Amino acid sequence: MSVIFVLIPLLAAIAIFSGVKARITALIASGLILFLGLGSVFCWQADVWSMSFEVLTTPSIHLAMGFYDGISVIMLLLSVIVLYAAILHGGAPEGSERLWYGSSLLIGAGAIGAFLSTDLFFFYAFHELALIPTFLMIGILGKGERKEAAWKITIYLAFGSIVLLAGLLWLVNASGSESWLFKDLLASEIDPSAQKGIAALLIVGFGTLVSLFPFHSWAAPAYASAPTPVAMLHAGVLKKFGLYGLIRFYPMVSEGMQDWLGLLIVLLLGNILWVGFVTINQKRMDTLLGNSSVMHMGYIFLAFAALIEAGSASANTIAIPAAVVLMFAHGISIAMLFCLSDSIQKRTNTLELTELGGLAKAAPKLAFLFGLAGMASIGLPGLANFSGEVLVFLSGFESYKGGPLGCVQVATILALWGVVISAVYMLRAFRGTFQGPAVKNSTGVADLTFMEKMPAMILAAALLIVGLYPNSLLSLLEGCGYQVSSDATEQSDN
Amino acid sequence: MPAHWLEAYVVLAGIVLLMLEAFLPRKEKFLIGCLGIGALIFGLVLLFWAEAPENNKEMTRFYAWDSQAKFFKGFALLAGIMTLTLCLDYRKILAKFTANPDSDDSTGEYYCLILFAVAGMMWMASAKDLVSLFVSLELTTITLYILVAYMRRNVGSLEAGVKFLILGAISTGFLVYGISWIYGATGTTSLAAIGETMSEENSTYLLFGLALILISLAFKVGAVPMHLWIPDVYQGAPTPTTAFLSVASKASGFAVALRVLQPFFENSITAEKTTFIVAVLAGATILVGNLAAIPQTNFKRLLAYSSIANAGFILLGIAAWNSKSDLSAFQVTGFYLSVYFLMTFAAFFILGAIHRDSGSDEIAAFEGLGTRNPALAFLTTIVIGALAGLPLTAGFFGKLFAFQAAVGASLWIPISLGFVGVAAGFFYYFKIIRAMYWRKSLKTSPVKVRLLSFYVIAVLTGLIIFLGFFPQPILWLLGA
Repeated sequence: MSVIFVLIPLLAAIAIFSGVKARITALIASGLILFLGLGSVFCWQADVWSMSFEVLTTPSIHLAMGFYDGISVIMLLLSVIVLYAAILHGGAPEGSERLWYGSSLLIGAGAIGAFLSTDLFFFYAFHELALIPTFLMIGILGKGERKEAAWKITIYLAFGSIVLLAGLLWLVNASGSESWLFKDLLASEIDPSAQKGIAALLIVGFGTLVSLFPFHSWAAPAYASAPTPVAMLHAGVLKKFGLYGLIRFYPMVSEGMQDWLGLLIVLLLGNILWVGFVTINQKRMDTLLGNSSVMHMGYIFLAFAALIEAGSASANTIAIPAAVVLMFAHGISIAMLFCLSDSIQKRTNTLELTELGGLAKAAPKLAFLFGLAGMASIGLPGLANFSGEVLVFLSGFESYKGGPLGCVQVATILALWGVVISAVYMLRAFRGTFQGPAVKNSTGVADLTFMEKMPAMILAAALLIVGLYPNSLLSLLEGCGYQVSSDATEQSDN
Repeated sequence: MPAHWLEAYVVLAGIVLLMLEAFLPRKEKFLIGCLGIGALIFGLVLLFWAEAPENNKEMTRFYAWDSQAKFFKGFALLAGIMTLTLCLDYRKILAKFTANPDSDDSTGEYYCLILFAVAGMMWMASAKDLVSLFVSLELTTITLYILVAYMRRNVGSLEAGVKFLILGAISTGFLVYGISWIYGATGTTSLAAIGETMSEENSTYLLFGLALILISLAFKVGAVPMHLWIPDVYQGAPTPTTAFLSVASKASGFAVALRVLQPFFENSITAEKTTFIVAVLAGATILVGNLAAIPQTNFKRLLAYSSIANAGFILLGIAAWNSKSDLSAFQVTGFYLSVYFLMTFAAFFILGAIHRDSGSDEIAAFEGLGTRNPALAFLTTIVIGALAGLPLTAGFFGKLFAFQAAVGASLWIPISLGFVGVAAGFFYYFKIIRAMYWRKSLKTSPVKVRLLSFYVIAVLTGLIIFLGFFPQPILWLLGA
């Protein structure tokens, strides 16, 4: 059944390319899967969702989809919410509606397919399906230095995908599993000597896709040039594919990952501190948001590092929930920021921070919503990111039993400074754009219209619900084997 | 019907068409092409009727009839059909450079020659004796010399013909010399008997003979170090010939290579050394093919280098003959070649359409295609994606199986070179996508594609996508 989450946007995209009215079709399709996605939260454990069809016998590959566990449900939720908001935001230039909405739906379909696949082959393949329209959209309909940005993201992500493919092939081969299904793969053992190499390839491969330092330099220019829905979908949803993959396959290479813990910590601190300082120095709103999204990936990797240090999901029960909640929260907040920054640009025709100012007088609603999203992204309590970040920092100390600090604990303490860094750049950007005397660009502009407000309101609602009641997500994770409360009984990893 | 009548039927059909050609009025020469397609389709039907040759001693000694032979015979027939179809839309350009320019006067023989080449390739698929192997290979090659130089008023075509002739003759020399070494060491030309008489004492002579034969086969499939003719000949030859060379001729080269290498891979005395030789060939071919493709600006030359690179990936699958993988080397090769068939013919049909519009084979001719013919640009994007090996296209499975087999055989160095090659592939294939969508063309007139070509491209692209989701049908054909 869950294949309909992919089929609906895919068929809608095909219909759009062959001449059906673009915006309305896209809205109906994405609205439909938004409702289905919200509904499936309550019944995702039902057997009716999973399906499996063997497309190839040797090697055994299945077109298998379903909710493997609560992580898949949360990623699906993130995808459908951001996809609907991105379609609703619209903004297609005259004459390119088909390409604009069709590609957005294809990206969404690919991302959902990747998160719902329970077979390694289609897990990988759907992600690639989503990348092609991403490249094309940036190259054709992007802003500014679009050609260079598109070329850069193509080369970087193609490189990442190939390294990843090498790692995954090696993983399948070393596991000796009968099929490529997750359940068979995760049930098999991998020789520890092979694990080290596989783990390295997975970290570099998935890491490039998530913009892990130092493979991150594609991200900011690409997001700055991308059309708004593409920036929302890629930064918000598609980028989480790499983290999702790392968490998914971690149990197979848990010993091999141990060898790379130190290096990973250096890299993730690079993300948080180095890229954090780079972000402070940005002069444009769009590159600032792009860099901030790279920076926040560091926190999620920190939770992953805590998981590696503990050795298994049951030894550090909050590492995976922390990572997943932050993935969700970050996806929603960055999508909201990109969406609103596009509204700013439409009004002022610039995103240079020095040319902006005093926008709050003419557009108070825009200022409020942008402020909300900005506060969320720096971790204001009550909003979703706060739950995620607190869990991440707690997970860093979860396995600390007193005595000298381990490297993960030191990294956690250093990473806490990231909160200060992000407060500096986000508050500065907010002040520069909305506060102070109104400059020429921002006098007399109109406030957000109802249609412009809608996507931001939907995303804000998601941030508030998860922020005020984090258990809405955490309870999903509890059911699938990752214990949320530390006194829960020992359960298996999958 | 005994199987070897198939080849006789195709040769006969070629001769009949050649006679008919002499009596057809000038304007109706394309009818020969249509009849040729019909004859080959009928041959495809006969393929399913054919039975193993009766226990006639002489014929069974030379003629294999197994799933491998059937597959490659069907492959050659289909490739012939596609080439003739491509030729129907290309005949105006062909006519420009033959006698009585701009009349269809002397284009008729072209169709017949393809039939003869197909007959040779079908026989190659069944050759299991070094003698029948040599004869069938020469039948194909000599026909191809003419096909390459067919546009005799075009300097490029003539130059390509001469290069192909000289290098082809050298490679034939290597082949005969290699055969004589093997015959000298074992006293037999039957490949099965060679495997049985193999021993520690004669293995050195046999491997030397094999090396010589492999050089000749490397020429045929376009593997390093015998790849230098490929770009020049592909660029100069008429486009249908180029397509035929790069698909059918390469496939039959691999059909023969599989037969020749079988006794060497399956005998423990020579297996290790043979694996080493083929793995070196594979690694070098992947590296040279992919890296040399990067600076190309001509689409036909780019496809030539891509065909070298693809030969490398197939060789990687063959080098993993004794792999623990689920698929045999024949299945990996057969699958890759089927996918390669779809992608390459689609690419050549696209090239033919672009060439008719702009008169150029340069990548620059693709500029602005995204707005000048969005449907063709969309199909081209899929084909290029498949060539680059993107998942959810058939191209990915071809590479996946080759890599999987190689991982099973632990050929780590060629595998890592293979990944470098795939990464380079992304770069040069995407240059075409970039040209189509990101560059503005000086011309804004829509690109017209002839209906026949468009349907063929659409069907091939549809198959590429279908097999990308559901590759099992080809494995059924390969007997998996």
